[in-house]
Amino acid sequence: MFRGITEKRLLWFLAIIFIVLLIFPSILPRFYTYIIALIFVTSLLAMSLNLVVGYGGMFQFHHGVFYGVGAYTVALMLTKTSLPVWVGFVAGPVMATVTGFLIGWFCVRLTRLYFAMLQISLGSLIWAIAFRWYTLTGGDDGIHGVPMPALLSSQNNSYYFILVILTICLMAMYLIVKSPFGRTLQAIRDNPQRCEAVGINVRRHQLKAIVIATFFAGVAGVLFVVLERSVFPDLLFWVLSLEVFIMCLLGGWFTFAGPILGAAIIVSLRTFVGIYTEYWTLVLGVILILLIFFLPEGVMGYFLGKFRPLAKEVAHRSE
Amino acid sequence: MDFASLSTQLLVGLSRAMILFIVCAGLSFILGVLRVPNIAHGSLYMIGAFAAYSIFTHLGSSSSGFWLALILAPLVVALVSLVAERALFCHLYQREHLMLLLFTFALMLILDDLVKITWGPEYCSVLAPNILRGSVSMFGASLPRYNLFLLIVGPLVAIFLWLFVNKTKIGKISRAAAVDREMVGAVGINVSWVFAAAFVIGCFLAGLGGALVAPTVSICLGMDHDIIIEAFLIVTIGGLGNIWGALVGSLIFGVTHSFGVLLWPQFAIVFPYAAVVIVLLLRPRGLLKSVW
Repeated sequence: MFRGITEKRLLWFLAIIFIVLLIFPSILPRFYTYIIALIFVTSLLAMSLNLVVGYGGMFQFHHGVFYGVGAYTVALMLTKTSLPVWVGFVAGPVMATVTGFLIGWFCVRLTRLYFAMLQISLGSLIWAIAFRWYTLTGGDDGIHGVPMPALLSSQNNSYYFILVILTICLMAMYLIVKSPFGRTLQAIRDNPQRCEAVGINVRRHQLKAIVIATFFAGVAGVLFVVLERSVFPDLLFWVLSLEVFIMCLLGGWFTFAGPILGAAIIVSLRTFVGIYTEYWTLVLGVILILLIFFLPEGVMGYFLGKFRPLAKEVAHRSE
Repeated sequence: MDFASLSTQLLVGLSRAMILFIVCAGLSFILGVLRVPNIAHGSLYMIGAFAAYSIFTHLGSSSSGFWLALILAPLVVALVSLVAERALFCHLYQREHLMLLLFTFALMLILDDLVKITWGPEYCSVLAPNILRGSVSMFGASLPRYNLFLLIVGPLVAIFLWLFVNKTKIGKISRAAAVDREMVGAVGINVSWVFAAAFVIGCFLAGLGGALVAPTVSICLGMDHDIIIEAFLIVTIGGLGNIWGALVGSLIFGVTHSFGVLLWPQFAIVFPYAAVVIVLLLRPRGLLKSVW
């Protein structure tokens, strides 16, 4: 019964946050709206990675590739073809999913570090092609000034668009995590041998998880283009992938909302530390080391760990 | 495509492979003993190149300056890695594997910015000594002398590594630690120091690679990002932790890249990656036996 009340409270809390976020663009300066929208996009990417890393226990080290493929697809569709805009918006995630399936199909044959290495090599192959194919992708420079439909032309409108899509994606992810499939995935993470023994097709579940996660990464890529109107090869580079990985760990990779927190921390750090010093990666590195030494469960994990005993106690008393 | 350009290109590829081999051997050695892919390896390579530049210019850009830089720069890198290892890394050995990996990433972020602070964003260059400048005519092709020099250094390093790993006590201990670290601890060897030695030796090799590559490229920020990904792939296709695998992988990588330059210059960078993918599809666990 107690549980029911807290969940209701949580829903109210989320509704209030959503409303506050809806009001933001009208009260905040343009720059802050932009930063918040960027945090939305990045947190969607980090959440999608967490489906594989946190819930699936796989070393998905080159998740940025799928984000980049989604972004490049939509940017190319909008600049090089005259197809309707929504086709591009759908094609982005679809291409990311196809890439995810192909790369994942090879990767799930391997485990842990080999999985990571194979993924990095396949992802780097895509990066190298995008980096070098000047006539199609603009190579080093990327593509700038991607035309957007009139509806998304103002920054506030693209903010709302991103917020709505993010909300839908988060709901979908929550349902996936709580579904039997999500539970199975977590069981595989904790003990693959036993799952194999009780007749679960481990590889197929892992591949499914990768495909789902890459779909959301592709959505994040599309939203990135909506926000920035440009793409560049750094989106496909492995440094970005590791940064996203760190967001998951920073926020807490065993919690659902942790990656959002991690993305918010890293994006705002980069923005606001970047104002004062150009050595922001130094700051990030130091924070990371502090984190490894003192908060291995991540920020969210730490707070949940602090409050969980309390919640358990309360639940115990109310019985 | 005539014979001359083919042999020149082959030489360039092979000498590139030698640099890659020296860097990857270090990476592979650390991977074998500590079981950690050292992401900071590229940064240490970059520090090696920048340190070589500083030593070289301090000594009046002379030939002897180059030789001294070649000896001192890797030692500087080894010192940096020793400090990082003893101050921070050694406290993490009991922790989860992923944390070690993340630590090396944090180290990379920190070292990169320290390099930026110390040396600035400018391009730097080192001149090879007189004896290694210019090129030699052989079979109608002109072969750059410095690349020939690299072709001699690479196998020398390989022989020294072989002697070190197979003939010295610490080499044998580190090989044992790679196979069964509990057992090594149980027979009374301080595993923490074995790990420290392995880490420092691996980083020394990264620094040596950086110092050796200095005269052939313009030294700049960002050279670490390119080499580390190549090094990872080479180590993977060679078999994780296998030093000879690193040699085989480097040869594949260097030679496919140089032939890529001949066949399709624009996409030369794609050839080695494609080769890696093919190798991994045929032999997912690498060409040679991995220590894992």
